[in-house]
Amino acid sequence: MYLYDELDRTLVAERVAEFRDQVARRLSGELTEDEFKPLRLMNGVYLQLHAYMLRISIPYGTLSAEQLRMLAHVAQRYDRGYGHFTTRQNIQFHWIKLEQLPEAMADLASVGMHGMQTSGNNVRNITTDQWAGVAPDEIEDPRVFAEVIRQHVTLHPEFSFMPRKFKIAVGASAHDRAALRIHDLALRLHRNDAGEAGFEVMVGGGLGRTPFLAKTIRPFLPTRDVLSYVEAVLRTYNQFGRRDNAWKARIKILVHDLGVEAFAKEVEAEWQSMKDGGLALDPEVFAEIAARFRYPAYERLDDSPPALVQARRAERRFDAWVNNAVTNHKVPGYAIVTLSLKPQGGTPGDATAEQMQAIADLAERYSFGEIRVGHEQNLVLPHVAQHDLAALWRALDEAGLATPNVGLVSDIIACPGLDYCSLANARSIPVAQEIASRFRNLDVAQNLGRLHINISGCINACGHHHVGHIGILGVEKNDEEFYQITIGGRADEEARLGTLIGPAVRYGEVADVVEDIVAAYLELRERPQETFPQVVQRTGIEPFKERVYAAR
Amino acid sequence: MPLVKHGRIVADSYVRVADDAPVTDDAAVIVPAARFLADAGALVQRGTPTGVLWPNDRRISELAPWLDRLALVALAFPIFRDGRAYSQARQLRERYGFRGELRATGDVLRDQFLFLIRAGFDSLEVKKDADAAAFAEAVGRYSVFYQPSADGRVPMARQRLLSRSERSTAGAVQPARSAPAFVDSD
Repeated sequence: MYLYDELDRTLVAERVAEFRDQVARRLSGELTEDEFKPLRLMNGVYLQLHAYMLRISIPYGTLSAEQLRMLAHVAQRYDRGYGHFTTRQNIQFHWIKLEQLPEAMADLASVGMHGMQTSGNNVRNITTDQWAGVAPDEIEDPRVFAEVIRQHVTLHPEFSFMPRKFKIAVGASAHDRAALRIHDLALRLHRNDAGEAGFEVMVGGGLGRTPFLAKTIRPFLPTRDVLSYVEAVLRTYNQFGRRDNAWKARIKILVHDLGVEAFAKEVEAEWQSMKDGGLALDPEVFAEIAARFRYPAYERLDDSPPALVQARRAERRFDAWVNNAVTNHKVPGYAIVTLSLKPQGGTPGDATAEQMQAIADLAERYSFGEIRVGHEQNLVLPHVAQHDLAALWRALDEAGLATPNVGLVSDIIACPGLDYCSLANARSIPVAQEIASRFRNLDVAQNLGRLHINISGCINACGHHHVGHIGILGVEKNDEEFYQITIGGRADEEARLGTLIGPAVRYGEVADVVEDIVAAYLELRERPQETFPQVVQRTGIEPFKERVYAAR
Repeated sequence: MPLVKHGRIVADSYVRVADDAPVTDDAAVIVPAARFLADAGALVQRGTPTGVLWPNDRRISELAPWLDRLALVALAFPIFRDGRAYSQARQLRERYGFRGELRATGDVLRDQFLFLIRAGFDSLEVKKDADAAAFAEAVGRYSVFYQPSADGRVPMARQRLLSRSERSTAGAVQPARSAPAFVDSD
């Protein structure tokens, strides 16, 4: 956990006071909706189809039990009893009333939470690996750097009115669980030949209507230079990014138009002029921030305790869940547990207030009071003793949080779509529900192995459809919902954009098409370990295309 | 359009001169960028202060040779959402060490005041009278800041270290006003 001190809390409280004043000026008519819009956007308040939507930042996806309980309280008191976890490790409430927003924000501020910079043309929530700090393959905890950057860019005087939003992700493992290459700026911590830690710096990734994967502009940046280099990138973007067309305003377009070498040269020149100034990371400052990340007092335990082995033998459902949702922890005797927010018939990423409370209680009992949010819209209990797994599973099962479909075909990433969002062209949630229902047999899903389906209800790509193994994009044609299907995308360390397989299909056909694609994969794969994207890479899209369109 | 300088509403001592209007020796002037560059040597040798209105899509480095003889640089905010001039302001202050008046012009609104001051502006041509009157309130909204910037306000990280070392030298048990209050548990 990261602990806020009095200074951090003061800033959040001052933010709430400022917003309370702005809402009062809006309600009295002193501010028009047009004037109010940029102010509310800087606090994560959007106007959607039915109501205002409030997006709360969950920095690097880490939550305390107390914070999760507060989210449950906000869901219950100001919303309709649930919240929606997003692909950027945030949570959204879709039914909040304007006049209650300052109260909700004050409640959240009491546990150090806020909606600052969850919208607007500034640096958004810094995301990272949801297993940060506990993953066995990690170099250092990337959240410390994410926090260093978060502090630096919060209410930054120079970078609060950039051409467009700016998303940063930080990773520190060989295996990329933070979807680094789809970010405006991504930092991957690794070691050079001398054994020193530094960042590979990637820029210009992003999805939307012009998808690009981020390109490396510096293979190794010493950690001391991380803030000056981030500033050099932001300053280059702030000055030269396009502002004449919102669709071409992201940094990916600038990097593409200038060419990555020319862009890197601009950044380098800017950076050289200031790298040895006040932004060089002071070891004392870094140590101070690092010291406020608290790690559990782990017990000395053995891996695979007899109680766990017995319970797995005794209960087949428990064993299936362990195989699917439980992962190795860096400390012996502990495990990382993923809680699927993708139950049969549910809305991907939604959690009810009761579930949030139950998870907060279980986190206190079994995970040192800590919860993580992942970009796949699931939650994680990061520090569970292996001997507690059986008891935890029983409690999760009762709360509907033990669906063993993590990483499988029914673990679908989906945006809120036309059911909530004013930007959407098509529904996402019912499409996800129908596909999940076709694959409700978990033996079938398990046999397919890792398979990511990502659904976006419009070209803005909040559901990251371009990097889904199977990507589904809702579009509108003559007032009817149609869906474009791409295959072969992936968001991990071998990130790729998916390829469109053919003409868009109707709403009612999407699940059938997915079934056809999956059937083709089963026939084409040479062994069960050959994953869906590996098959697509080997065979190309043709055999899939044939299968889907031959009969249509 | 009220001018707020160093926190107070004041009369503007500069005259804006259009591209082709004559520049006299008896008035402080702000001239457009192109005209300034065409005749910079003569303009800065007059006996009265010279300022330049610099567009936000032109590199500030072009102005570097003249900065020590310029009394004022005015930067442009065509709409408040266009934040390029914040970068120019910081470059002027932090990279080129410009110490003259740095003025924000254009769509300058209340909710940007603090950002502007922090980026190094010390005078603002404010669009609305009511906003100019609320200047002190608007820039006093926040008492703590995470990042160092051109205004010299002490960032929190520095504040934490300072208050920590004050405590250790004074041997005091109670933390200073702005000291971190460490929490014991989650």
